[in-house]
Amino acid sequence: MSEKVRVIHYLNQFFAQIGGEDKADVAPGAKDGPFGPGLALQKALGENAEVVATILCGDNYFAEHEAQAIETLCGHIAQRNADLLVAGPAFESGRYGVACGAICQAAQERLGIQVVAGMDRENAGADLYRKSIYIVDSGASIAKTAAVLQQMAALGLKLVRHETIGRPNLEGYLSRGVKRNEIAAKPPAERAVDMLLAKLRGAPFQSEIAAPKFAANKPAAPLRDLKAATIALVTDGGLVIEGNPEKIEPGRPTRYTSIPIQGVESLAADRYDAVHSGYDTALANQDPNRLVPLDTLRELEREHAIAKVHEFIHSTGGAHAAVENATIIGQSIAEKLQAAGVTGVILTST
Amino acid sequence: MIPVAKEVGSLRAIAAGGIVSPTGNADLAPEKEKEYRRELVMRALKTLQEEV
Repeated sequence: MSEKVRVIHYLNQFFAQIGGEDKADVAPGAKDGPFGPGLALQKALGENAEVVATILCGDNYFAEHEAQAIETLCGHIAQRNADLLVAGPAFESGRYGVACGAICQAAQERLGIQVVAGMDRENAGADLYRKSIYIVDSGASIAKTAAVLQQMAALGLKLVRHETIGRPNLEGYLSRGVKRNEIAAKPPAERAVDMLLAKLRGAPFQSEIAAPKFAANKPAAPLRDLKAATIALVTDGGLVIEGNPEKIEPGRPTRYTSIPIQGVESLAADRYDAVHSGYDTALANQDPNRLVPLDTLRELEREHAIAKVHEFIHSTGGAHAAVENATIIGQSIAEKLQAAGVTGVILTST
Repeated sequence: MIPVAKEVGSLRAIAAGGIVSPTGNADLAPEKEKEYRRELVMRALKTLQEEV
């Protein structure tokens, strides 16, 4: 005969009804049985589980003495032989959310028990802990507490019973970045056509891959006075010094190179290479000015059409660049160019 | 690739010599190719001076 699942509920000072911000420095403690929202949690868990204790801590205390708080709280959890820790829901409260994530991760690691936290997806604790623990997306509204606790209870019980956990949007938790192979009912071609037909009809459809969102850029003001300008050349076509001494990646770049071109009037084929897995680099290797037009820009510099060519060509191989990495590379290059007084950039792309 | 450039927020983008040779054209004789490259660079510099 199986015993009841032993559950512990973590609350902050507010939900434990000790006080508001004025009591945010209350030290960690424990009470027997469910308390406050724990009553709704007990109801959601049903008869096969019991909230044996409620542990609590002031949000400021946790933030300022994290190691201490975790030590004490884990002690309470261990003492009561818990099978499952449920923390929150913290909704939008950042300190509370971070505390929920931290205590859950610690309990999972140190005590090997199952854990479930709840908070809004924008909560600071969400991004910090979503990969290591299950976090139910509570949204921002405290009015939804009962429904959120239902989801947390259901997920918690599944974890304790080692049942297969379904997809994030099905079970209500924040995606953990885990990929799992599944056999779909329909082949991809059919699913794609179904999606397209729905889109054409104006019916709702669910993209299987989320389209990345790009931040809207504010355009730079038009360049005034070209004759006084320092113009830089940048490329994502993988221009490198012959032999690629810095071993710039041909694809999925994480770095870039800054090729010094002081005194260089044109890119000679035997001094420069193009390294890039996304296009045939033969023509660029034959004449690297086809990739980065240094020869032309030097002409314009000699003619005083522009004041100066910037002394470095910043370059990376842009094949399959992860948006995050591309952004970091771009920002780093931009910082260097700004510091050097560059006011215009020609970026050649393959 | 201009639509891609515009989608990710590159507001000043001009069509150039093609993917394998952005500022070149190997079908042209060398002096003509240099002229072609110069014309492209001038267009790029002009675009930098325009309002978007």
